Amino acid sequence: MAAFSAVKIPPPQFTTVRSSSQRPGSSPAHFAHSPSAFNSISFGSAKSVRSRPLFAVSSDVVSSSDKTKPASSSASNPAVTREVALELYEDMVLGRAFEDMCAQMYYRGKMFGFVHLYNGQEAVSTGFIKLLNQSDKVVSTYRDHVHALSKGVPSREVMAELFGKATGCCRGQGGSMHMFSAAHNVLGGFAFIGEGIPVATGAAFSAKYHHEVLKQSKPEGLDVTLAFFGDGTCNNGQFFECLNMAQLWKLPIIFVVENNLWAIGMSHLRATSDPEIWKKGPAFGMPGVHVDGMDVLKVREVAQEAIARARRGEGPTLVECETYRFRGHSLADPDELRKPDEKAHYAARDPIIALKKYIIEHGLASESELKSIDKKIDDVVEDAVEFADSSPLPPRTQLLENVFADPKGFGIGPDGKYRCEDPLFTQGTAQV
Amino acid sequence: MASLQMAALLSAPSTPVTSDRVRLGPLRLSASSSSAARNGGALVVRSEAKVSGGGVSARGLSLITHAVAEKAAAASSADSKPGHELLLFEALREGLDEEMERDPTVCVMGEDVGHYGGSYKVTKGLATKYGDLRVLDTPIAENSFTGMGIGSAMTGLRPVVEGMNMGFLLLAYNQISNNCGMLHYTSGGQFKIPIVIRGPGGVGRQLGAEHSQRLESYFQSIPGLQMVACSTPYNAKGLMKAAIRSENPVVLFEHVLLYNLKERIPDEEYVLSLEEAEMVRPGEHVTILTYSRMRYHVMQAAKTLVNKGYDPEVIDIRSLKPFDLYTIGNSIKKTHRVLIVEECMRTGGIGASLRSAIIDNFWDYLDAPILCLSSQDVPTPYAGTLENWTVVQPEQIVAAVEQLCK
Repeated sequence: MAAFSAVKIPPPQFTTVRSSSQRPGSSPAHFAHSPSAFNSISFGSAKSVRSRPLFAVSSDVVSSSDKTKPASSSASNPAVTREVALELYEDMVLGRAFEDMCAQMYYRGKMFGFVHLYNGQEAVSTGFIKLLNQSDKVVSTYRDHVHALSKGVPSREVMAELFGKATGCCRGQGGSMHMFSAAHNVLGGFAFIGEGIPVATGAAFSAKYHHEVLKQSKPEGLDVTLAFFGDGTCNNGQFFECLNMAQLWKLPIIFVVENNLWAIGMSHLRATSDPEIWKKGPAFGMPGVHVDGMDVLKVREVAQEAIARARRGEGPTLVECETYRFRGHSLADPDELRKPDEKAHYAARDPIIALKKYIIEHGLASESELKSIDKKIDDVVEDAVEFADSSPLPPRTQLLENVFADPKGFGIGPDGKYRCEDPLFTQGTAQV
Repeated sequence: MASLQMAALLSAPSTPVTSDRVRLGPLRLSASSSSAARNGGALVVRSEAKVSGGGVSARGLSLITHAVAEKAAAASSADSKPGHELLLFEALREGLDEEMERDPTVCVMGEDVGHYGGSYKVTKGLATKYGDLRVLDTPIAENSFTGMGIGSAMTGLRPVVEGMNMGFLLLAYNQISNNCGMLHYTSGGQFKIPIVIRGPGGVGRQLGAEHSQRLESYFQSIPGLQMVACSTPYNAKGLMKAAIRSENPVVLFEHVLLYNLKERIPDEEYVLSLEEAEMVRPGEHVTILTYSRMRYHVMQAAKTLVNKGYDPEVIDIRSLKPFDLYTIGNSIKKTHRVLIVEECMRTGGIGASLRSAIIDNFWDYLDAPILCLSSQDVPTPYAGTLENWTVVQPEQIVAAVEQLCK
């Protein structure tokens, strides 16, 4: 598909902003479609925050089907079926409602620590993950609740994990930033940015190994791994090292950049020499795509192609999703640096409202049907809270249970028996 | 009986195969794979000794519990001597090769492990035998390829990650500490990480400070990790196999100067216990606890000590984390004096942890303070003289024992 070759992104190419004294030969920086936005950026004054985002362009390239049609005539040609539209809607509403409930519960003292909410970014999670099979893998960051929910981890288990209860998906041992599910192939949940990307690369390597060495092939193709991470991570070494290795060995992985323009209080433009992250894909030989991450249908279209590529063994894709988080970096972030007009701009592009509008305009469902989905999700989230509230806290005996997969790793005690055979160990009262 | 060419004459033979702590696996009589041939899925084993119940498939060998009887059968054959001689790096390779043959999910990743055969030739020939995907030459990106090993371990593979020099794994510390050690726990036990991280470390011959590091002290605090150090071809092969079979992440420390040690090791398959220490030389007067290269300095000092009338008990602790408190404790209960000899720095080293473990568990049995000889807290100098003074030398060991036994 056209979207996937960097060459096909329309010229002129973006040239890096530098003062002309550094690069005598380069033309002054300009960028098609939003020149006024760009001219306000000059070397050294990167602190100016523009009112419009820089990259509101390439998404049009992706959904080429709508480009030449006026909005009204596309009503007869919905991009998705009713079933899919409702599935997407429900998943995004679940993500939003769940995160809103997290905020409530946090302020009521039911969950603690660092909690990073996904409000506003639902289109990325839903757009990608709803295309996956059960055996495909998802690797995320600390902003992982909604990735886990989209992949199928029950809301009850995620909420209980957040409450630190023994019934949580990680027995209360992981918390908000470490959502894991073996049953649903969610491989975390990582607190340090970038450290999940090599793990995702390993899962993709494993998929290739199972196919080529173990000869365990599937009719649909290779199992795909999605690695989600943010704009801040794209300046981290592990990102680049894994882009190289994934392309080198043509691993079935998709690097999904959730570029919400901010890494806590650090604007992407202040941190990055060349802010167009999708360009870093072709630098390593893989396609780099930019997509409007506030539009779930566009994300899904891009995801479909990227996943198909990976399944066929053609290798990785770098997808940059332009998106935005409506809340602060975490519930402890006062969020003072982002300008109100930037927030307003993206609030007007709320992915859920946009999909709702699309569904109604294309006659895929009625308003009341969508409202009933809203109500259903509210019940699901309420139930999750009740379940988490009534679940037990982990007992003392749980403390040492999962340190080692093989508890012989605790060693041999003075009496000659393995420490793990000591009854005090299972009671949780032995000293390690 | 196995014997070390380099060890002092007074050293006891390596742990015999008949020890009840050693698990015996399926019988194999041919050490080098080049002398075995595949015959329709069955591994036809050629060897001098005759075996009853001959060829079965490599993965389906049934457990033969009478390896002792087999040894007798082998001894009865006129022209075969039990065991085969090889160098330590070949023993590591043999262990790795056997495990890769036995389990197709075992794979190797690291810099120059494939076509180059490994910087110390531990993986020589394996890429030709198993292919470039199973013996993966990685780009120079330790943090990422170690993380890749962890991700593949979580999804069904059993990778062996090689650090070309253990010091390079400092770059992988993020992955080793956060993911390798922690993910089994933070996932509530859902994912296991059966990874082996290995490589040469320790002070070599004037390799300079950065190539002479002892990472065992840096890694020892990481919960969820097991650490072992090999010191002889026999325990190198056994520990390599045990580490690969373990469901836990294991860091296997090899030493740059020990790769060319020669020893005769058994032909039968054997797997050692990761958590056990090795009795090198039983004695009565003092317990000397050591590991890796310092074992040889200790044994050299033991020669001198015996001539002077002392009877040191030398234990190679092998398991750096966790400590084998049973073997160590039994020894202390007998001798009441402890000397620790290690190559780590003094500050925060393995010796420091061992000292506190001994005090916690065996205080009442001590007749003297625990002495610990460690390397100087100095970046290993290049100059040969300075380098020698950085690590513990046999004369210092002799002096320490004399002081302890006063």
